[in-house]
Amino acid sequence: MSTVDYSNGDHSNSELLLEVDDLWLEFRTSDGVAKVLNGVSYNVHAGETLAVLGESGSGKSVTAQAIMGIVDMPPGVITGGEIRYHGEDLLKLSDTRRREIRAEGISIIFQDALSSLNPVYTVGFQIGEQLRLRRGMSRKEAQKRAIELLDMVKIPNAKGRVKQYPHEFSGGMRQRAMIAMSLALDPEVLIADEPTTALDVTVQAQIMDLLKEIQVERQMGLILITHDLGVVAEVADKIAVMYAGRIVERAAATELYRMPGHPYTLALMDSMPRLDQRGQTLNTIKGLPPSLLNIPPGCPFAPRCPRAQDICTVELPESKDLGLGRTSACHFAEELVNRV
Amino acid sequence: MSDPTAASTAVDSAGAYVTAAEHAEPTTGKSRSLWSDAWRNLRKRPTFIISMVIITFMIILAVFPSMFTSADPTHQDLQRQMLKPSADAWFGYDFQGRDIMAGVAHGAKWSLLVGFFASLLTVLIGGTVGVIGGYAGGWLDGILSRIGDVFFGLPFVLGAIVILSAFRAAGLKSAFGLVIVVVLVISALTWPVAMRIMRSAAISAKQQDYVKAARALGANSFRIITKHMLPNCMAPVMVYATILFGATIGVEATLSFLGIGLRAPAISWGVMIAESRDYVQHAPHLLLFPAGFLVLTVLAFVMLGDAVRDALDPKLR
Amino acid sequence: MSEAIQSDATPGGGESIIEVRDLVKHFPVQVGILFKRTVGHVKAVDGVSFDLKRGETLGVVGESGCGKSTLAQVLMRLVPQTSGSATFEGRDIFKMRGSELRKLRRSIQIVLQDPYTSLNPRMTVGDIVGEPFEIHPEVAPKASRRQKVQDLLDVVGLNPEHINRYPHQFSGGQRQRIGIARALALRPQVIICDEPVSALDVSIQAQVMNLLGDLQDEFGLSYMFIAHDLGVVRHLSDRVAVMYLGKVVEIGTETEIYEHPTHPYTQALLSAVPVPDPSLRGQRQVIRLEGDVPSPVDPPSGCRFRTRCWKAQDLCAEEQPELISRLGGHDSACHFAEERQVVP
Repeated sequence: MSTVDYSNGDHSNSELLLEVDDLWLEFRTSDGVAKVLNGVSYNVHAGETLAVLGESGSGKSVTAQAIMGIVDMPPGVITGGEIRYHGEDLLKLSDTRRREIRAEGISIIFQDALSSLNPVYTVGFQIGEQLRLRRGMSRKEAQKRAIELLDMVKIPNAKGRVKQYPHEFSGGMRQRAMIAMSLALDPEVLIADEPTTALDVTVQAQIMDLLKEIQVERQMGLILITHDLGVVAEVADKIAVMYAGRIVERAAATELYRMPGHPYTLALMDSMPRLDQRGQTLNTIKGLPPSLLNIPPGCPFAPRCPRAQDICTVELPESKDLGLGRTSACHFAEELVNRV
Repeated sequence: MSDPTAASTAVDSAGAYVTAAEHAEPTTGKSRSLWSDAWRNLRKRPTFIISMVIITFMIILAVFPSMFTSADPTHQDLQRQMLKPSADAWFGYDFQGRDIMAGVAHGAKWSLLVGFFASLLTVLIGGTVGVIGGYAGGWLDGILSRIGDVFFGLPFVLGAIVILSAFRAAGLKSAFGLVIVVVLVISALTWPVAMRIMRSAAISAKQQDYVKAARALGANSFRIITKHMLPNCMAPVMVYATILFGATIGVEATLSFLGIGLRAPAISWGVMIAESRDYVQHAPHLLLFPAGFLVLTVLAFVMLGDAVRDALDPKLR
Repeated sequence: MSEAIQSDATPGGGESIIEVRDLVKHFPVQVGILFKRTVGHVKAVDGVSFDLKRGETLGVVGESGCGKSTLAQVLMRLVPQTSGSATFEGRDIFKMRGSELRKLRRSIQIVLQDPYTSLNPRMTVGDIVGEPFEIHPEVAPKASRRQKVQDLLDVVGLNPEHINRYPHQFSGGQRQRIGIARALALRPQVIICDEPVSALDVSIQAQVMNLLGDLQDEFGLSYMFIAHDLGVVRHLSDRVAVMYLGKVVEIGTETEIYEHPTHPYTQALLSAVPVPDPSLRGQRQVIRLEGDVPSPVDPPSGCRFRTRCWKAQDLCAEEQPELISRLGGHDSACHFAEERQVVP
């Protein structure tokens, strides 16, 4: 239990690809200003899998959308921070250059593969679209490449399938086609936003295996956004836990599961019904996440935290460095990590 | 366990914000229903108040035209043909020397009657047939939809000409009788549109889980339709009805223009607009006043429809 | 790791409250608009038998399209069955009419999956939870209804003062509580829970699961708990039925299914669930199924799982395996049933 296993975890020596640095974003709506991201920072290196874990409303998807430049603005406004790709701040670039980087370097796949595919074009046409547009391929070349890509994501009979429409694909196959499409321009970073949430568990396992395999083969940086503690445990090298638009904890996967360093992470793990345990009462997190329109002063988790002290409702805890690449935004982080 | 006083904010995947309103109102009062809540809400809406003021005025105008003018709308005097508005006649005179203000005042009745009853009847027939078809599904829906298609397939003007000419041949004379026939013809030819709107709303409402839950509780069809489906299907039909109201007044004008709609002794805005067509360039006031009243009325009903739709949707309060 | 708490609430031979025998539900696949022609049948539920015992929770797991939700709807008489029988306290559910059917509605209730569509957005919480009393006025006199509704809200952990609010003013977890309060109103004996926590976040999910557990103890309810999340099902269930393509492939106590599964599909399903422990990464033997679930319109002959099964032989294509007691004393529908431990 005590040995720390970094065998497939440490990529900090490989090339730093993408870095989100102190990103602030808010939505200005008629109901008020919703503070969606409040200083989010994370990075991903080549060949590394970063899992961003959080519940709905935590800001995990919005961060990804900000990276891709697909947040609706208005009402969204980025009020601070940088998104650096190979050291270049995407937010400061010209529109054309930014679009180019986002098309060539970073791609994203979403939870709902059916609505991400256009129902009136064949799957092959849609996979080939970027190739024709960006690589100047002919229709025929693009089609050929689309077949190769479908082959790569293990869709049987790719030659026949390439001419079919999205509705002729099953849920798992659609997600494979989406992955094929996102890989068309050989991106360095792939963002997977809840890629398996809509899928059945046996299909989910297939897709996660595929993603992991492709990542290792291409040494891509993978940002996996999910709420599923199980999926994270199986593939992540490092994990960032988000709550109310903040990263509350950052750690190597093995470390995080061995000893959560933030009460929220701990509570999340305790409230998950596990396959290997049966019990009458699950530990729950009382209450609800705070409204982002009105985040309480101090630690946003304090109203739900069993360990909360007076200081927690007054002072916002800074993200503390706990060594070994771990950080935790809790006043009592050391106590948590050093408990037996 | 959970803290029910905290309203939550949820971000959907598109990043849009859905924020639950935090109501601080006293909650110990008596039970409220959708309709009483809607009414409380309506009273506070400026669009509702403005539209009600206009509509009330038009209704008063329609019921008591002589409060506003003492002139006889049918009295012709070629001496004052197309005279401009003046202190004597605020709206001027038309091509046959009739007082336009008197025409507008007396015409309000017929225009409003036709518009109101035609759209009401259309929505009633179309809505009922639509909700029944959408709820029942199967062969009943098939038959009702095909019947609707048959009516929908009839070219409107041709259908109206055929039916109205038949009544004309039967020797219908009274203005009121004519209004009824015109209303019936308009509704008979437009209800399939209302039916289609209602039917598709009903089909989507029927598949909602709350309908399933009500059936599991043992609710009968009447309860499911009235309590669960209608309140959730009304909005699109209501919007259509307000648009239809304006359109029917126009349709009535078209039919009058073709000589098969209302005619003297009945005066309507539609008739007046139709008659002004040839003189618009020399005497725009012939068109301006009846058309202005028409536009104002239609606008008021559209505003009313919007306000009612929003008030009936708890999410928009 | 695997020190599961053994607390089977039901003694082995409990009294059955619902008995389902050879239940079949086929949905016709039709083409044409007015004159419909049937071109095939979706065999959603295709010969399912099981008992639900008084006071127990029977978990039903399976992937989408396995027929678990259709099963719930047929038992609730929301859709008519094609054939087979189901009895509640010995009386045939499908033969009930009129007042007997109304009484059945009071005895069996359902909680639906989607907390956003299962509540009428245009009704207040008071109207929603009070609707059962309007439909069954004999249960509570009009004067006492409001109080009853507030009591119900209290029971499910909501503030009774929120009776005049609308569903959209509540979070997903709170809405699911409203749905549970509505199901509880008529004091049913059985509640069918159709994926009640699937749409909720982990922390909220645990609250609702605990609530369901507490209510079971308080009101002596029997649950049929349908879910695709195997962890959730294990947590709440005394016995578990695993479904695949309209059939139950394995049924047994929670321990038998999770610790001694004998059907290859159950094993594959359990194996596919990610384990929240990175230190076990790469050390666990995993079973990965190929391809997707075949279409329920035209399921494979013999054993339906054979097209994805690594053990399939000729026999599997020819002969449909019966769901009978095999290894370890519980029922499994596999010709080559053998135990394999897949949960760490």
